[in-house]
Amino acid sequence: MEEFIPPLPSRINYINAEYGLKSWLLTRDHKRIALLYLGSITFFFFIGGVYAMLIRLELLTPQGDLLQSTTYNKVFTQHGIIMVFFFLIPSIPATLGNFLVPMMIGAKDLAFPRINLLSWYIYMLGGGVTIYALLAGGVDTGWTFYTPFSTTFSNSYVVATGLGIFINGFSSILTGLNFIVTIHTMRAPGMTWFRLPLFIWAHYATSLVMILGTPVIAITILLLAFERLAHIGIFDPAVGGDPVLFQHLFWFYSHPAVYIMILPSMGVVSELIANFSRKNIFGYSFVAFSSLAIAVFGFLVWGHHLFVSSQSLYAGMIFSFLSFAVAVPSAIKVFNWTATLYKGSISFDTPMLYALGFIGLFTIGGMTGLFLATLGVNVHVTDTYFIVAHFHYIMVGGAIFGYLGGLHYWWPKISGRMYPDGWGRFSALLIFAGFNLTFFPQFVAGYLGMPRRYHAYPPEFQVFNVLSTAGASILAVGYLIPAVYLVWSMRYGKVAPGNPWHLPGLEWRTQSPPPTENFDYTPVVTWEAYEFAPPEEMEVVGKYHDQTAEKV
Amino acid sequence: MAESYVEHEVSHPALQHHFENLEQQREAGTLGMWVFLVTEIMFFGGMFLAYTLYRSKFPAAFAIASNHLDIKLGAINTAVLIFSSFTMAMAVYNTQVGKRRAQIISLVLTIVLGLGFLGIKAVEYYQKYEDHLIPGSLIPGNPFNPDPHEMHLTPGGSMQHVQMFYWIYFAMTGMHALHMIIGVGLLSFLLYFSVKGRYSPEYHNPVEVIGLYWHFVDIVWIFLFPLLYLLGRHTGGH
Repeated sequence: MEEFIPPLPSRINYINAEYGLKSWLLTRDHKRIALLYLGSITFFFFIGGVYAMLIRLELLTPQGDLLQSTTYNKVFTQHGIIMVFFFLIPSIPATLGNFLVPMMIGAKDLAFPRINLLSWYIYMLGGGVTIYALLAGGVDTGWTFYTPFSTTFSNSYVVATGLGIFINGFSSILTGLNFIVTIHTMRAPGMTWFRLPLFIWAHYATSLVMILGTPVIAITILLLAFERLAHIGIFDPAVGGDPVLFQHLFWFYSHPAVYIMILPSMGVVSELIANFSRKNIFGYSFVAFSSLAIAVFGFLVWGHHLFVSSQSLYAGMIFSFLSFAVAVPSAIKVFNWTATLYKGSISFDTPMLYALGFIGLFTIGGMTGLFLATLGVNVHVTDTYFIVAHFHYIMVGGAIFGYLGGLHYWWPKISGRMYPDGWGRFSALLIFAGFNLTFFPQFVAGYLGMPRRYHAYPPEFQVFNVLSTAGASILAVGYLIPAVYLVWSMRYGKVAPGNPWHLPGLEWRTQSPPPTENFDYTPVVTWEAYEFAPPEEMEVVGKYHDQTAEKV
Repeated sequence: MAESYVEHEVSHPALQHHFENLEQQREAGTLGMWVFLVTEIMFFGGMFLAYTLYRSKFPAAFAIASNHLDIKLGAINTAVLIFSSFTMAMAVYNTQVGKRRAQIISLVLTIVLGLGFLGIKAVEYYQKYEDHLIPGSLIPGNPFNPDPHEMHLTPGGSMQHVQMFYWIYFAMTGMHALHMIIGVGLLSFLLYFSVKGRYSPEYHNPVEVIGLYWHFVDIVWIFLFPLLYLLGRHTGGH
């Protein structure tokens, strides 16, 4: 077998096709827009991370010494708002999804490239308005904006923050719209629905949630702003309004929003598990349809956030049952991933470590979700750190592990360079350890009754908080290491071949980084997803592209 | 694993570089608008939910407040909008069969009807302003303060709940009017390019897609009119 020839550095690709700030700010190339998003969400991640560190430092001691209660209220609110709306929701879809959806289906771009660029500008505008609100004085309602506190009593920048979230919602809607239309109409010849990589199925399901849920939070925030500015009365019990209506509307979006965060991550993990076991995924159609099932059931469970909010007991029982039901498609995925590993040819590269970490954390997060779906247990742990730990296991353990795993896996394709593997594995293990040390003690503290959203707490909870803060420090270092070495690798990393992992997916059958139009010719798909050919044939795929590289 | 290739067609000037052919571009545009309309349904859905909740909570006040809306102007506006949907459909048809003159006339008529609707709506809003029916402190210096003799409060109806009706009325019809204004803007854009001769039987997707949007906005009104204007008419009214 011949030595693999790396693509010639002079080959035109999407990064060196044009130079200058204008070529980036006015680009319609989905790959460049993905990089714009990557930079922006990383920026917001670090702002949200600073707030997280402030929370953890304050909670190191039982007294309120570092922050006073008013400041603390703003810090945890802003941590939530930045992380949820400006990092977790766009994280995988806007970066990896934007980059890979057209490539995986063999298209030149998304269906609406200008709308795609517009969505980034809307995101930046929404982010700018929100940052203005934070600098002007911040907001202290919690990321949930519950009425009537947010409409009548809070003395902070509720409307400005709401406006930022309202604007940002449209970027999410436009991304979802673009994905749905692209997946329906832009698939290459031969790329049937059941040959689609599971990453695409996951993004299709995510897009459904984005387009069905986000408009509801938009109208909800609009009503909230009118209520606060003009005292219309729609959420004000004093004039016949119903504050619980706000909770229903809010959670109708915000519960499915959790699936906007976790579904793309599941898509990434399906890719990683199959590809790093070098085995066809076990039960392809079950994994594909379980994504859709999660998207559908996800819209029917919002009431489990209202078990203690005057909701009727019968409604509570139904929501409890449906919340159990949503665990079925989630469990199907976990079992199928595990079955895929069985007798696979597993390699423990960095992305695979993240994928395995995801399975572990998602299982813990999902199991505790079942505790919370149970009416009685839920009432016991409502508004305690048990809830905080649960949703961090899903949203951080789930979404971020998928995001980092995917980022490493496709990094050679995105940047054309390899990341340093040793550092990659080290930081993956560090993040896993730091994560569990941060959030596992919170389950215990919460179960013992430590409430969330207070800056001071009884001294008997200190041991859990010290452990948690120690874990958060490890986690912070764990996040910084990839940030440093990924930037480093863009210049000094080993040049990546077109198909460094020797995989069958379409995105690996073009050079790294890809040309602006992704493929030299429209590909015709004649193979199933995850159809692993013998190694020699995989090499042929890589060599074919290097030959074209030499011709150009 | 050989790869074969699909030849590009000789491209139409309106064909964007990332589509294989005009047919694919047309499908993508149409599906994009349908998906967008789904998001619009969800957006209006939040307000329909609020309407349903408060109407079932305060039926008496809602009937009284509804009877105070101007049913004649509302009915005329309904007719205006339905007719504008017809002219819009004609605009699409005439574009598809390549009758440019008829296409331009249909578009002009649709714009005129849309503006007519907005004019009548403005008259209605002005009447509500004069009767101090703008809810809350939306208009500074003109708080919600209807004349109790005109409002005919019957037992079971409270003025606060009447105000809730008017808030929902303004939220829903205001959001609808905003969509109409955007629609008129889009139609003007279509008219400009129609006069320039951009649309032909081969390429008419923008006309179809904006037509879909226009019909959607009309359908929203078809729901708003009975829900807001015809509530409790059978109990008498005036």
